[in-house]
Amino acid sequence: MIRFTKVNKWYGPDHALIDIDVVIPQGEVVVVCGPSGSGKSTFLRTINRLENIQEGRILVDGTDIYDPKLNVNRFRQKIGFVFQQFNLFPHLNVLDNICCAPIKVAGKSKAQARALGLQLLERVGLEHKAQAYPQQLSGGQQQRVAIARALAMEPPIMLFDEPTSALDPEMVGEVLQVMKQLAKGGMTMVCVTHEMGFAREVADRILFMDAGRIEEDSVPDVFFANPRHPRARAFVADLSGH
Amino acid sequence: MWDIIQNHYQLLLLGTFPQGPLGGLALTLVLSILGLCISFPLSILLALGRLSKFPPVYYLATTIVYVVRGTPLLMLIFWSYFLLPLLIGNTVNPFVTLLCSLVIYEAAYLSEVVRAGIVALPPGQAEAARALGFGRAKTMIYIVLPQAIYNMLPSIVSQFASLIKETSLGYVISVHELTSAANRLNSELLTKPFEVFAILALTYFLVCSTVTFIAHVLERRIAKRRQGQSITPSRVHRDQIYESQ
Repeated sequence: MIRFTKVNKWYGPDHALIDIDVVIPQGEVVVVCGPSGSGKSTFLRTINRLENIQEGRILVDGTDIYDPKLNVNRFRQKIGFVFQQFNLFPHLNVLDNICCAPIKVAGKSKAQARALGLQLLERVGLEHKAQAYPQQLSGGQQQRVAIARALAMEPPIMLFDEPTSALDPEMVGEVLQVMKQLAKGGMTMVCVTHEMGFAREVADRILFMDAGRIEEDSVPDVFFANPRHPRARAFVADLSGH
Repeated sequence: MWDIIQNHYQLLLLGTFPQGPLGGLALTLVLSILGLCISFPLSILLALGRLSKFPPVYYLATTIVYVVRGTPLLMLIFWSYFLLPLLIGNTVNPFVTLLCSLVIYEAAYLSEVVRAGIVALPPGQAEAARALGFGRAKTMIYIVLPQAIYNMLPSIVSQFASLIKETSLGYVISVHELTSAANRLNSELLTKPFEVFAILALTYFLVCSTVTFIAHVLERRIAKRRQGQSITPSRVHRDQIYESQ
C-alpha cells in the first residue's frame, strides 16, 4: 500500500506538488492523468525517491520512505520503475539488461538470474531477442525489455512514467498488452499515461492532476462520464474531441 | 640516411640492449604504455573526485587537475628529479622519475576526458540503475563507467599519442629513450645531424600516426554504434515483418 499524507514539493519557487493526500491499496491499478506540467511525473517519482519531497510523509507498505535509517537501495528493489525513454543499458545485451540487477544487487547466481530473465522475456514475447542489443530493437520492443528488467527484481509495486509516449503509434499496443497482463496478475500499478483507452479498460481508479494538485480521484466510469472538477471536465471533453 | 638506419637501427630501436639497459624506441613504448596503464585508474579517481558532492574531495581533485594542467611537463620532471631525492633522502632512478611525472601529468589530462564521458551520458542511465536498487558505487562501476570509457576510447587513444611524444622529455634527465638514443647517435656521427633528426622525426611520426589512425577507426566504429541507437524506419519495418512471420 502507498499512502501520501500532506505531501508538498517545490522546485525552487515552483510549487510542484501541493497537499497531496492519497492512498493506493495493494493490487490496485491507478492511472494518473492531466495536462503536461501538472506534476504527474513528479508525483510518480517521489514514490521511489527519484525525487525528494520537502513536506509531508509517504508510506510504502507501512515504511516511511523518508526515514533517515531507511536503506534506499533495498527499498527501491521493491518498486519497479518504467521510464518514458526506456533507459536500457546500451552496453549490455537484452538478457544482461534484465539479469544485471538480480545478480549485482539482489545477489542471485548467474544461472538463477538467467533462468528468470528468459522466463520474463518469454512473458513479454521477446525470448528470441535475448542476445540482441537494445539499439537493435524497435521502441516497443525496448520498452517491453525495460518492463521485464523492472520485473526481474520481483517487485510488488510497478510505476510507469508515460511508458508509451515515446513510441510510434503502431507499437503502443504491444506495450499496453504487457501492462494489461500485469494488471490482471494483481500487481499494484501506478501509471502516468495519456492512453485513456487503457485507463478505461484496466484502471481501478483515475487520479486527475492539475497545477500540482490531485483535482479528481474517481473510478474510470465516473471520470469519463461525469467528471466533477471543471478542469477534469475540460480535459475529458478535449479527449473526446480528438 | 638509409645507411645510418642500416648501421645503427639497433641503437635507435633498443638502445644498448641486451649488453646494457633497454633504450631507444622500445623504452619510449615501455614508458608510454606503463604511463597510460598507471595513469588511467588514477584519472578515473580524479574524475570521480571532480564530480564528487563532498567539498573536500571535490576541491582536492580540482586543485590537483588545475595545478598539473597549468604546469609544463618539463617543470614537473625537474621537480620530481630534484625534489624527490631531497624528500626521500635517496637518489631516484631517472626512469622512475620520468614515469612518475608522466603518470601525474597524464592522470590530470585523462581525468578531464573521463569526466566529460561521464557527464555526457544521458542522466536516465544512472536513474534507471538507481531505480533498480543499484547504489552510487555500483551504478558508477557497472553502468556509468563502462559506457563513459567506451565512448571516450578515441580521446584516450589520442592522449596516448601525446604521451609517446612527451616521453622525449626524458632526454633532459638522461633517460635513454628514443630522443636520447638519437642524440647519442648524432654525437657519435658528428656530421649528420639533419639525417639523424629526420629519422627521429619520422619514427615519432610513424608511431604516433598509427596510434592516431587507431583512434580514428575507433571513433568511426563508436559513431556507427551510436547511430544504431536511434531506430531508423527501415529497421522498424524489418522488425515488424520479422515479428509478423
